[in-house]
This record gives sequence, C-alpha cells and structure tokens, in this order.
Amino acid sequence: MRYVAPPVLIAALLWGLLVVVCLALTLGTVELSVGDLWRILIGQAKGPQADNLRTIVFDIRMPRILLALCIGGILALSGAVMQGLFRNPLADPSLIGVSSGASVGASIAIVFTGGLVQVNAWMGLSVVALGAFAGGLLATVLVYRLATSEFGTSVTTMLLAGIAIGAIAGALNGLLSYFSNDSLLRQISIWQMGNLSTASWSRLLPVAVTMCVLLVVLPRVGLALNALLLGESEARHLGINVQRIKRQLIVSTALGIGIAVAVAGLIGFVGLVVPHLIRLLIGPDHRWLLPASALGGAVLLIVADTLARVVASPAELPIGILTALIGAPLFIGLLIRQRRELQLW
Amino acid sequence: MVIAADHLSLRVSGFDLLRDLSFVANSAEITVVVGPNGAGKSSLLKVLIGDLVQTSGEVILNRRALTSWAVGDKAKILAALPQHSVLNFPFTAAEVVHLGRIPHHTGIERDAQIVDEVLARVDAKYLQKRFYTQMSGGERQRVQLARVLAQIWEPSCLGERFLILDEPTSAFDLAHQQLTLALVRELADSGIGVIMVLHDLNLAARCADKILVLDGGKIAAQGAPNEVLTAAVIDQVFGVDVEIGEHPITHQLMVIS
Repeated sequence: MRYVAPPVLIAALLWGLLVVVCLALTLGTVELSVGDLWRILIGQAKGPQADNLRTIVFDIRMPRILLALCIGGILALSGAVMQGLFRNPLADPSLIGVSSGASVGASIAIVFTGGLVQVNAWMGLSVVALGAFAGGLLATVLVYRLATSEFGTSVTTMLLAGIAIGAIAGALNGLLSYFSNDSLLRQISIWQMGNLSTASWSRLLPVAVTMCVLLVVLPRVGLALNALLLGESEARHLGINVQRIKRQLIVSTALGIGIAVAVAGLIGFVGLVVPHLIRLLIGPDHRWLLPASALGGAVLLIVADTLARVVASPAELPIGILTALIGAPLFIGLLIRQRRELQLW
Repeated sequence: MVIAADHLSLRVSGFDLLRDLSFVANSAEITVVVGPNGAGKSSLLKVLIGDLVQTSGEVILNRRALTSWAVGDKAKILAALPQHSVLNFPFTAAEVVHLGRIPHHTGIERDAQIVDEVLARVDAKYLQKRFYTQMSGGERQRVQLARVLAQIWEPSCLGERFLILDEPTSAFDLAHQQLTLALVRELADSGIGVIMVLHDLNLAARCADKILVLDGGKIAAQGAPNEVLTAAVIDQVFGVDVEIGEHPITHQLMVIS
C-alpha cells in the first residue's frame, strides 16, 4: 500500500519547508518571537536592538538556513538519482565512495592552497570546491567503470569498489593530515565533520546555482530513470538513449555532491535516507520522487542544522555528526526491512 | 516486411557465438528458435534487438539495416521480453506496464486503456495494484509480457511490428503456458512477427510457423516444424534418440523421448 498521493506530499513538504525556515529564523542563541521576525522581515523593526536583530536575521541566519536548504536538497536529489541509476535502493554517495573521493580532493586543495583560504575566503572556497568536485567525479567514474562490463553494471562490484575507494581515500586523507601543520589539520578535521557555520551569501551563491541547475536538469530524466529500473537494455529497447542519460546523471550528481561536500563538508545519510522514506510514501516514480526528495532533504537538513545550533547553545555541534546519529539507526532499520521484503542481490 | 539476418556472425572475446547465420522471420508468423544450451539462441536475440552488434553480416528490419534505425523509432515497432528481469523497486503492475508506453505519445487516457487491455490479456488484471517486488516469478513474467505488449499494441506508420521473446513460458504453470501461446498466435494473426526461444520441442512444434534449429552458433536446420523436427536432426543436434509421433486428436507433430 502507498500512503500518500504524490501531489499531496509535495504540497505538504512545501508547507513544511516554509514552517521550518520561519522556525529556524527565530531559534538560536538570541531567540525571536514570530512577531519580531515578521517586523524584521518587512523592515518595520524598531527599538535599540533593531539593527543587531536585522544583522542576525539577514546576514547570519538567513544565508545559513538557505545553505542548509540547498545542500539538503542537493544531497537528497543526488541520492535519489544514484539509487535509480544503480537500481539499488541502498546506493548512496557515501556508500559508493563519491563522498570520500570528494573529501580527498578537498583535503588536497586545503593542504596545498592552505594560504589562500586564509588570505581570500572566496578564492579559497572555489579551489576547495574544485578539488572536491574533481575528487567526486573521479571516484564516481572509477566505481562505475569497475562495476560495468559488457553485461551491465554489477551492483555488488559497485559496492565493493566503493569500499576500496573509500579505503584509499581514507589512507590519503590520513597521509595529508599526518603531514600537515596544526592549523591545516584543524581545518581538515572540522571540515570533515560537516559544518554550515561558515555560511555567508557569497558561499551560498555557487550552491544555489548548482541546485537550480540540478532542479532544471534532473526531473526531465524522471521517465528515463523509471525505464532504467527495468535494466539498461530494457530501457534501450524502450527508446531511451541510455549511454547519454547515464553520463548526464553521473556528471550532475558528481557536480552536486562535489559542491555540497566542498562547502559543507561530509554530511552523511541525507542522500540515503530521504529518498528511501519518500519512496515508501509515494512509490518509486522518479517524476515525483526527485522533486519530493529535494524538498524532504531541504526540510531535514534545516531541522538538523537548527538542532546543531540550539542543543548545545552557545556552542555548536558539527551537523555531520547529527545526521549520522539520526541517519545510521534509520539506515539499519531500512536494512532489516529490506532483508525481510525482497532479495536484494 | 521482415526481420532478416544476412550472413550474420558474432565474435565476443575470442569466441565465435554466431557463425554465418542467414534466415528470414516474416511478420504475421511465429518463428521459434530451438537448440541446446550454449547454441547461441540468446546471443542471436541480442543481435536482433540491437543489444549486441554483429561482427559481420547484417540485420534488416523492415527493409532498413537495424543499426540505421533511431532508438526511439525502433522502440515503436520492436519489443523484447528478456528471460530475467532485474526490477527490484516496488512499482505496481500497472506502473510497470505503463513503462511500455514510453516510446509513444498517445496521452494518459489512451495509455491507461491499453494498460488495462494488456493486463487482462495476460490474466494479470488482479495484479494491477500489487507491488512487483511481492509477486511470484510467474506473475512477474506475465506483467513483463504485458509491458512489451503495451509497447507494440497499436499499428505503427513505421512498418510491421515485431516481438522478441526469450523463453516466455519458462516460469509459467500449464494453464498460463497455454494462455500465452494462444495469445502469441493471436498476435501473429493480427500481423505482428514473433520470434521466440523455446526449450520444449513439443511446444515449438505446436505453435511455430517456422523453426530455426541452432547448434554451435550455426543454423542446423530451418523450415516448417514437420520438415525440421525429424529424428535425425534431433539426434544430430541434441544427441538424444527420439521418436516422432502424432498427437492422437490434433494430429500435430509430437516429439517423444
């Protein structure tokens, strides 16, 4: 049984998104009432604190919440695409080595351009993002090549290749950490725990652009992804240009994950758990699954980031730790369910 | 209008899978491919559908080389049912069959009608809202059959339609075997050319207009069932001693081993 009609879920998620954005704007070290927030948003805040409050809302919280929105959306969207592409409901950017590839790329960029990050935040960011993107793309292509033979793409090989690439990436990361100085080391390790606290309007820009590109490109391939679930040659028999679609999907997800990892570090399990939950609710039709996953990911990451800001206030938890703490038990639950329901391999 | 193979050869990683095959499969006819394991039946189907490209020779679909067809056009007149399917996402049966309508742009209403019709034709109407992942092997195979039927359900201006089936009845019980073969005959009568692999020689004898016996990648014999299914050919190809008899009532050819 399916529980919800897809348009209903999309509408509910849109409302949910609006609500969590407003809530997240009011919550934090300085708490605002909804009335205060409204007056600040429409520019009619008065009183001695007004300027400070405006700064908090517009320059600190707003870009950070929008960043969480975009990154959550990108991660969940990429996860949904990967699960469809690999025909495996348990595929995830972090399981098949894409995130670890991106993380090595970013570490290399941090270590070798360490000066840049301190001198010019904007320049430093784009080099790290480029490194993460290149690393993610390289890992995706490697895993895909290793797992694909003339008889199609083997899911088992793909997961094993992902483990191997993860191990290599771990070793390289360790090596880089071992030889870097204290300040670079701290940068790398904080970055790896996932963090949205460095959000600013200028860091938001590339992420927002990426998400818009993905939102335009990916839902168009929804039907092709549905056909791909039947198998690659079956999709070809249905008139789908499989090779082109595959390339398009791999490049899009590598781009999305590369950018997301570069800006926010490693944030696990959003890409795995969100599409999975959405699929349980509305079924596997990618024409609905992709937009609904993007919305769900956005909602989830805003909630997680707000928790990260609030629970230990005024200190902050790295968001990657939070999503792993929430996501891993969910993942285990899904595994148990999966084992009961269907023969996976 | 036909699918024709002209001196077709296929070599994959040093092995000759198909050697110099020439034959014609007409529209409105059932061509059955038989042969022992490893004779090249599946390879032949893969070349005919375009999954593998022959090393030499040519496949002609409706007077044009198969490789010159645009994938989208080919999908409108040529459908294939694989032996196994990998789908492990919880689509309902109706959703799976709807995927067969991807090559066409006939609108939601017409598509829904066709999905209903083909599901009824393979006796899978009751599965409509059930999840594919929770069906038995035979039920899945029937849903997949309905999907390829939906793909070529209506005549196309691009030429005659063809249906390629790889052991369509292997997962079926006796009743659904009969049902499927009757359905295939009806499709052929309506003008669709059917090419299918069967293992059961008696089934082949009963439903084929033409039989193609493959052995070691070569055609050992081809022609009408009573010309091809002789004790000599079966002994030579399968290495089995058989008697050729006649069905007591229908007088169709029977292979008795």
